[in-house]
Amino acid sequence: MTMISKGLLLVAVLGLAACNNPGRFGAGGAGGAGAGGQYGQGGYGAGGIGQSGLGGPNDPSSTAYFQQTLGDRVFFSYDQSTVDDAARQTLTQQAQWLNQNPNYAIIIEGHADEKGTREYNLALGARRASSAQDFLISQGVAPSRMRTVSYGKERPVQVCSSEDCYAKNRRAVTVLSQGAGM
Amino acid sequence: MFRPLATALTIALSLTGGVALAQQGPLRIEITEGVIEPLPFAAPAFIAENGAAQQYAADITRVIAADLSGTGLFREIPANAHISRVSSFDAPIAYNDWKAINAQALITGAVSASGNQIVVKFRLFDIFSGQPLGEGLQFAGTPDTWRRMAHKVADAAYSRITGETGYFDSRVVYVQESGPKDARQKRVAVMDYDGANTQYLTDSSSLVLAPRFSPNGSQILFTSYASGFPRIYLMNMQNMQVRALDEQPGTMTFAPRFAPDGRTVVFSLEQGGNSDIYTLDTQSGQRRQLTNSPSIETAPSFSPDGSQIVFESDRSGTSQIYVMSAGGGEARRISAGEGRYNTPVWSPRGDMIAFTKQHAGRFHIGVMRTNGSEERLLTASFLDEGPTWAPNGRVLMFTREGAGASGQASLYSVDISGRNLKQVPTNGPASDPAWSPLLP
Repeated sequence: MTMISKGLLLVAVLGLAACNNPGRFGAGGAGGAGAGGQYGQGGYGAGGIGQSGLGGPNDPSSTAYFQQTLGDRVFFSYDQSTVDDAARQTLTQQAQWLNQNPNYAIIIEGHADEKGTREYNLALGARRASSAQDFLISQGVAPSRMRTVSYGKERPVQVCSSEDCYAKNRRAVTVLSQGAGM
Repeated sequence: MFRPLATALTIALSLTGGVALAQQGPLRIEITEGVIEPLPFAAPAFIAENGAAQQYAADITRVIAADLSGTGLFREIPANAHISRVSSFDAPIAYNDWKAINAQALITGAVSASGNQIVVKFRLFDIFSGQPLGEGLQFAGTPDTWRRMAHKVADAAYSRITGETGYFDSRVVYVQESGPKDARQKRVAVMDYDGANTQYLTDSSSLVLAPRFSPNGSQILFTSYASGFPRIYLMNMQNMQVRALDEQPGTMTFAPRFAPDGRTVVFSLEQGGNSDIYTLDTQSGQRRQLTNSPSIETAPSFSPDGSQIVFESDRSGTSQIYVMSAGGGEARRISAGEGRYNTPVWSPRGDMIAFTKQHAGRFHIGVMRTNGSEERLLTASFLDEGPTWAPNGRVLMFTREGAGASGQASLYSVDISGRNLKQVPTNGPASDPAWSPLLP
């Protein structure tokens, strides 16, 4: 696969991820997070964005089941990227689901709370995404199905400036997209 | 490139500097340890030498006075307190009238406008010694550069009185923000140092972070999510062309800054969750790894002579500041206090490093010597980060953000003495400022 077409596919994958997960950036989504292609790396359209029914959270093969019933995210302590017991449990279930649903590729987003500088938080978010990825690999998920991206402190899900919100923002989110084997 | 500084200045500049007026001898602000009153100056409206120049004359005078007053080193005596009226640019100076209102410096000027050109002339006078301070100067340019000409007059006056290079004729590239914190949109913007003449360099379709000027101001580096993943890009400011600098799939690149050679870029590259520091030759594309450690290494910044790089690393367990040779190799830790240290930036003078410090739940902008000694914190707030140096190394600009949903980001500046903290006007919320060199 050429660099260009791979780039297009990645943009397409992110576009789909955003469709699958409308709550991620609040209602409506920001649009600016993944898609774009402003600098000639492809645009929003770019083919490959199929749409299908997502099923409900009670349908074990649905993405809604993955996101809501199993849980698509794990949380971290302040300035830490270690996968704790609760996170291991969630990731173990994610891995089982991914192993049973091999048609999905995933992007693991790493995020930080606002109590850090921009660059450090980007690096920390990458560490968190990588920790989650390593655990999924240890549970048998093929590395070729996964990519990571760090958003640092750029995309909080909670905006209050207290530990309650910070704890929800220090996260790694496993975002599903169809089309494994990219 | 940064200009060499007068030896006298280097001596006069102290880390714990305040301002003292030399009451005896020629007019001069010495940057010393004493903090005293700003120097009173008068800037009567510049003479409009023809009708077309009237508005420019008034506006230019206003900008000059705002530049000088904005430093906190000078205080303007309002026009309604003036006794003497300056009726022509070459009329003799009524020193006693200016002395009577305690003006120590007087700036006079004239503006003419014809066709597509305006000409600004000015003179600076030392009232107490009763003579001009330096020669008269003249600037000519197209009408749209009137603000720059005003800044150049103010830079000349500032420089003659303080003995230091000015910083008013400069620009700041930054990130303009909009939307709520959980769906924030960002664009790269550039403005004059005082917030005028804002231009947007990218649209908000992709998240963008931390733009930085090249040493001659003709290019900017920034990080964008345009590809879906953070990558560093280079924009040519003349034609707005953008190119990706390092496109290795499966990696993230961020925190770029130019070396003083204007050709080498130092940045962080993340792979497999680990961030290290690299340089890239923007012409040959050759990449070189400078650190190789399982910890976070980021926020690199070159010394102005290009021989060293200061950066942050959490190799000790928390983020601290280190200095290494420009070619990599052994790094020595220079931050020694409690708390976390981030975003070190080498002063254009070469003598200090500005940084962000996080301690006991607060964020600070601070400065220290390049060996880590004489650390001083200049600010404290819920979130201050990312200092950038004014071209003369006297002032820092940084991002300040408030708590919670309503706590939008804005730009602030502070003198390295810790005085004159103030918000920089921007069109809406703004973050990640980076100061240009002094414009030619």
